[in-house]
Order: sequence, then C-alpha cells, then structure tokens
Amino acid sequence: MSHMDTDPLLRASGLRKSFGDLEVLHSIDLTVRKGEVVVLIGPSGSGKTTVLRSLNGLETPDGGRIEFAGGPDLDFAAPLRKRDRLALRDRSAMVFQQHNLFPHKTVLQNVIEGPVQVQKVPKAQAIAEAEALLDRVGLREKRDVYPFQLSGGQQQRVGIVRALALKPQLLLFDEPTSALDPELVGDVLTVIKELADEGWTMVVVTHELSFARAASDEVLFMDGGVIVERSAPQQMFTNPQHRRTRQFLDRILNPLHERQD
Amino acid sequence: MSDSAQLFLDSLWPIVRGGLTGTIPLALSAFAIGLVLALIVALMRLSANRWASSLARAYISVIRGTPLLVQLFVIFYGLPSIGVLIDPWPSAVVAFSLNVGGYAAEVIRAAILSVPKGQWEAGYTIGMSRSQSLRRLILPQAARVSVPPLSNTFISLVKDTSLASMILVTELFREAQKIAAFSQEFMLLYLQAALVYWVFCLVLSMAQGALETRLDRYVAHGH
Repeated sequence: MSHMDTDPLLRASGLRKSFGDLEVLHSIDLTVRKGEVVVLIGPSGSGKTTVLRSLNGLETPDGGRIEFAGGPDLDFAAPLRKRDRLALRDRSAMVFQQHNLFPHKTVLQNVIEGPVQVQKVPKAQAIAEAEALLDRVGLREKRDVYPFQLSGGQQQRVGIVRALALKPQLLLFDEPTSALDPELVGDVLTVIKELADEGWTMVVVTHELSFARAASDEVLFMDGGVIVERSAPQQMFTNPQHRRTRQFLDRILNPLHERQD
Repeated sequence: MSDSAQLFLDSLWPIVRGGLTGTIPLALSAFAIGLVLALIVALMRLSANRWASSLARAYISVIRGTPLLVQLFVIFYGLPSIGVLIDPWPSAVVAFSLNVGGYAAEVIRAAILSVPKGQWEAGYTIGMSRSQSLRRLILPQAARVSVPPLSNTFISLVKDTSLASMILVTELFREAQKIAAFSQEFMLLYLQAALVYWVFCLVLSMAQGALETRLDRYVAHGH
C-alpha cells in the first residue's frame, strides 16, 4: 500500500454493458494507480465481475473507454479490432474463481504456456522463472503433476502463478477464494496479500472483507450496475455513507441477525 | 483333411492379403483425409460466418442423409457421364473420405463444445488469440473426448470398405467373392470373410483401449 505513487495505470470511464434487456453496467468510472489495490464488493449480479472481465477484454463493453498508461486507449463506441483486444489482454492477467487451469498440461506447462507461446520467452528462461514463482507459493515440488492431483487451494495458487508469469501490469482476481473450502482460503489470501505488499497493482472482486480491510487502498461498493460508494477500507467498513452499502455490509457481517437499518 | 478345411486354408492368405493391401490402406487413407475434412467442416459449422456454417450444415446433411453405396456409385459410375473418369481406388478414397468427413464433423464439433468456456478464457487471459487457444488448449482436450466416438467411426469405415468391391476395388471382400464364385462354396467363403473382418476389428478395439488409457492420464479417476 505504501508503494502507491500517483501515476494512474488505468483509467476506465463511462463503461456500459447490457446483456439483452438487462443493463449490467451503467456508466462505470474507475481509476487504478500503479501499486494500488482496489477491491470491488457488492451483491451478486451487481456487475463487479463484468467490470473485471471488461478490463481483461473477456467482455466487450457497449460503450465507454479503457485507457492504460502507455496504451492501449480503447473507445468502445467503435467496434474493437483484434489487435486492440490482444493489446488490452497484454496489460493484465486474470485469476479465475474456478482456476481454469489447463487439465491436459502439468503445473509447469500451465505456467510457461503464456510466456513461451505468446511472449516468445526462451523456454529455459521461462522454466527458471516459473520454478522461482512456484517456489514462492510453496509448490515447486508439484511442477510435474497435473492439476487434478492438486487440492483446490494449490490449484488456485498455480492459477496465480500462471498470471504472474506473464508479468502483467495489472492483476485481476475474480472471487479467487469463493470456490474453496473454508480452511483453504487463508493460504490463497496470504499469497495475494504478499503480492499486494510487494507493490503489484491489482483489482480484486471478493467477499472476503478481512482481506479488503488488510490489503486494499480503496474499496468500491457496486450495486445494480453502478458504483454506489468508494472510499478507503477503514471508512467503508466503519462508516459507510450509503444505505445500500450499510445493508450489504450488515448482511455479510451478520448473516443471521435482524437487519439493523 | 476335408475339402472344406483345405479350401479354408488355401483361401486364408488371399483374403487376409486383400485386407492388408486393400481394406486397411483404403480405410486408413480415407480416415486421415476424412478427419482433416471433418475438422474444417466442424470449425465452419461453429463459425459466426453464416455462409460457412450453412454450407457445413448442408454438407453434413447430404452425407448423412444418403446411402454410402449410392455416394460410391455417383462418383465411380455417375461422374464419367459428365466427363469425369476416376479409377476405382481413388474413387473409393474420395467417397469414403467425404463420408467420414460428414460423420466425424459432428463428433468433433460436439467435442469442441464439450470443453468448458473457462478454458477459452484462460487462453485469452494469457494473451492467446482465438486460433492459438483452439490449437494449443481446446483441440487437445477435445481429442480426448472424441477418441471413443471416432474409433467407432473408424471401425464402421473398415467394414464399410467392403462396399468398394462393388466398384471393382481389390480388397478383402472382393477376394472372398472371387474365390467363392470359382469354388461355389459361398457359405464358407463369406463366413471366412466375416471372420477376418471381425479379427481386424478386435485388434482395432484393443488399440482404441490403449489410446484412451494414454489420453486419460491427466483425468481424475474414481472421483
């Protein structure tokens, strides 16, 4: 968090997206500075995952703009060219809720696939870097096993390493611990927290408020396709300004209790 | 030794040789060409381009909706009347390849669709294009799924090549027919042909099993 400087890495403005008649994003503005950790919270269907996927080019907004420092600068009013989409994906890497590891490749092959096939890094170098990354998440000895032989937490840590190996400017996490058994959540969150402390820039969609409190610089609360409230985590969790934010936080923090508002 | 037993032994090698030099090479070449064709047709069928997709759909419909024997006759006996003369062997290869292309295209299409959408997205997030993801990530996974149905297609093809005897291709069944016509021992020779086809197909089934085991090495068992 202390690594933050003031250069914006990413500026998204006026992002709009509809699926059929359903408007899932209604003019989203978002700025992420280098080294910053932004956490998106909100009820399911609020559009937070769609924001994240738009940043990675997995979803194409109907309108608005995404601009990375040093390019690309994309205006979604015009049809997206293949080159633009690849440039957008080049800036960030996603860690998925369901890890989406390649089942037919070993752990090491999963990690070096992007560097070797896409970034044309020499294979020996990619392997050395992959081993170092696997080492730091405690999975070096698993390099030659297939994903199905790993626990859920290990799979997700490999998913994180696969993203890191690309050396993206921005890491995107889409509910990285939601599919895990509760006792495995801690290992994965610890890895993400360490990356945050190291100065990686990241946008994280999560329901883990303790993580947001400990690791984030800014928390955005989304509901109904809009960003309802944005503030530092301390402010967000101790003194939320909007009624909908209070309702949401109350429901997460006290799932069994009567509503307080 | 009885006359029948002697005839059986004497005709065994000509029939097996017909299989090894006719049936198997015909089936292998038609299957190889047919698979390439099937992959192209499957991708056309899945493409967003409506013309490509309609063309693929029409092709599959014609191949699956007409008898293989009729397809064979159109190519060998029909085409000469519009000036296209093709020898028996290449005619058979063309007809069987087109036929495999139609059936296997649907198998491959279903196999591609069976790979979870998240695998495409994982490819995209590591920077791959659509074609790169298809080649490196989706097709290898689809291959595993399509081995059992494609093996069935191949075994059917091996048996269907007997139809090539109708357009004068020298293969297993035509050898049996020739000996049967000469010796007038129809029951014996046709049962013998059936036996040799059956042994060929048993061997193929065993090869299929071995291939499936190899491709299954990255899949959890018993969960």
